[in-house]
Amino acid sequence: MIPPREVLGALFAPAGTDADVLVREARVPRTLVGVIAGGALGLAGALVQGHTRNPLADPGILGVGAGAAFAVCLGISAFGITSLERQVWLALLGALLVSAVVFAVGAPRGRQPAPVVLALVGTVVTALLTALTSAVLLLDSATITSFRFWTVGSLAGRGLDEAAVVLPFLLAGTVLAAGAARPLDAMALGEELAASLGNRLALARGLGVAAVALLTASAVAVAGPLVFVGLVAPHVARGITGPGHRRVLPLAAVVGVVTVLAADVVGRLVVHPEEVQVGIITALVGGPLFIAFVRRRRLASL
Amino acid sequence: MTATAGTRRRRALRVGPVSFPVRARVTSCYLAVAVVVLVLFCLTVSIGEKAVPLRDVAAVLLGGGSPGDRFIVGELRLPRALVALGAGLALGASGALVQSVTRNPLASPDVIGILSGASTGAVAAIVLGATTAGGVLGVWGATPFAVVGGLVAAAAVVLLSWQGEVGGMRLVLVGIGVAAISTALTSLLLVGARVHEAAQAVVWLTGTLDGRTWTHAWPLLVTVAVVLPLLAPLQHPLAAMALGDAVAQGVGVRPGAVRFSAVGGATVLAAVAVAAAGPIAFVAFVAPQVMMRVIGSATPPVLGGGLAGAFLLLATDTATRTLLPVVLPVGIVTVALGAPCFLALLLARRRLLAS
Repeated sequence: MIPPREVLGALFAPAGTDADVLVREARVPRTLVGVIAGGALGLAGALVQGHTRNPLADPGILGVGAGAAFAVCLGISAFGITSLERQVWLALLGALLVSAVVFAVGAPRGRQPAPVVLALVGTVVTALLTALTSAVLLLDSATITSFRFWTVGSLAGRGLDEAAVVLPFLLAGTVLAAGAARPLDAMALGEELAASLGNRLALARGLGVAAVALLTASAVAVAGPLVFVGLVAPHVARGITGPGHRRVLPLAAVVGVVTVLAADVVGRLVVHPEEVQVGIITALVGGPLFIAFVRRRRLASL
Repeated sequence: MTATAGTRRRRALRVGPVSFPVRARVTSCYLAVAVVVLVLFCLTVSIGEKAVPLRDVAAVLLGGGSPGDRFIVGELRLPRALVALGAGLALGASGALVQSVTRNPLASPDVIGILSGASTGAVAAIVLGATTAGGVLGVWGATPFAVVGGLVAAAAVVLLSWQGEVGGMRLVLVGIGVAAISTALTSLLLVGARVHEAAQAVVWLTGTLDGRTWTHAWPLLVTVAVVLPLLAPLQHPLAAMALGDAVAQGVGVRPGAVRFSAVGGATVLAAVAVAAAGPIAFVAFVAPQVMMRVIGSATPPVLGGGLAGAFLLLATDTATRTLLPVVLPVGIVTVALGAPCFLALLLARRRLLAS
């Protein structure tokens, strides 16, 4: 525990004390990773819920995170890819592929994918990818030390280097997300109305999927697969601002950051001096909320 | 009763107060699958790193055989094959019961969190050291913990999705949530575990038949032998309930009682399988659906699902053990085979679901 005054000192006038080193070398990078992961997932969740008009959509539940994790594991094990820049590309590829597959399977031609279909496809794809990830890790004992990292998201042991690598992807995803905000409001009125208002739906949807994949891949590359952050953050944001996507998207990112950082702090405190990975805490908090959303709504589209 | 035009007179088998119709197609299918399962069982005991001819297997089973064969067959292969047989029976029957009650093939115990709940219970047992304790706890090992975990998960899913009736896709969604929570609880238990126990639990969590011993086999076989015959007759009331509760009540079925015992029994079966071999996924989903199509029945058959499950698990394990160039837990192979089947069924039905 470092008092706030010393933290401020470490940040702005470091004097090389133990506390300064701890803050600058361990706590700040860790927090930054949490900010990246939480912000990206909150934004991705708001986008995916808006595009599918599905209040239960979440990049974690849809298996996008599991896809990114599997691609990275395969890359490490089969091709010996250890440099983080290449791993991010792999995570991105896995996230894009899985998003495309889940949406293709979950959405009948010309109709909105039903919430339950997307959730089931995502669950099964996640199960499949998790099993394949386990297979890769069990066959290659060198990668098994990172087993937990790729099954449960964590902020530990990642730092500024990783954050710097994913930054361009994060920015690209954010820019695409900002561009996709306007058509989303029109799409909430229904596809035909949105098209007649002059929106190009195929383009908007393509940009949206790309943004979701970029943002989720960035989050997974720095923090592993985190579930339910992308589910909860948009719901909280909508509760505060109302349904307009131009306000929901940025606020969902902020709520995502707060969620991940709070979950990380809780995870570090509950079993001190051990620590619980942030992914476990978000699942424990998000799971009951998911059930509450299922119960509260009659699963009406957004 | 005279047979009217278009219906065939069915023969009935009567034993004391019990009577049920004998359907040639169903009976012959079950017998055929049972024979195949028996052959597979003998094969899987016979082949492996060191082949033991069937004659020597028989000799060991009858109490003879060379010491080497006695060790390989009696201590290594027989418990493994028996666990595969018992877990397959339990998972297949459990899947058929849950799918019948929910009238939804997608609501199998794998998807709605029953296997995850049982896993959380079993991991608690492993982490708390109950599997290495002596006495009664040692004999039954993780089984009671898995049963409690499975029952808690099943009760949570049913109660939280209750809308005056079981079923609908709401139950599936609540089940997905419950599965996610119990998976997180399992990970939480592993955080505090010692390295050795955590490693043991991680391999076990993929669903494996490696290193099964008689301590895994006995609780499973005893429970399946007791519970499966009690649950198999539920087939008929469940088939009536597929036509709606009112129709079922009209022919003398109490839907509430049938549902309660079907879900409870299915959970116990699934949980003992999980305690013995880990959460081997998608057997409970695939087996009843395959058998239902083979025998042409309208609802997933309970006994038939069990037989199909035993066949699938024995066949997958034998193939995994002998044909694959690498050593993999059987649970990974069942997911790789079962998940595409699940997606295919989902694709076929998504138009109905996307309302």
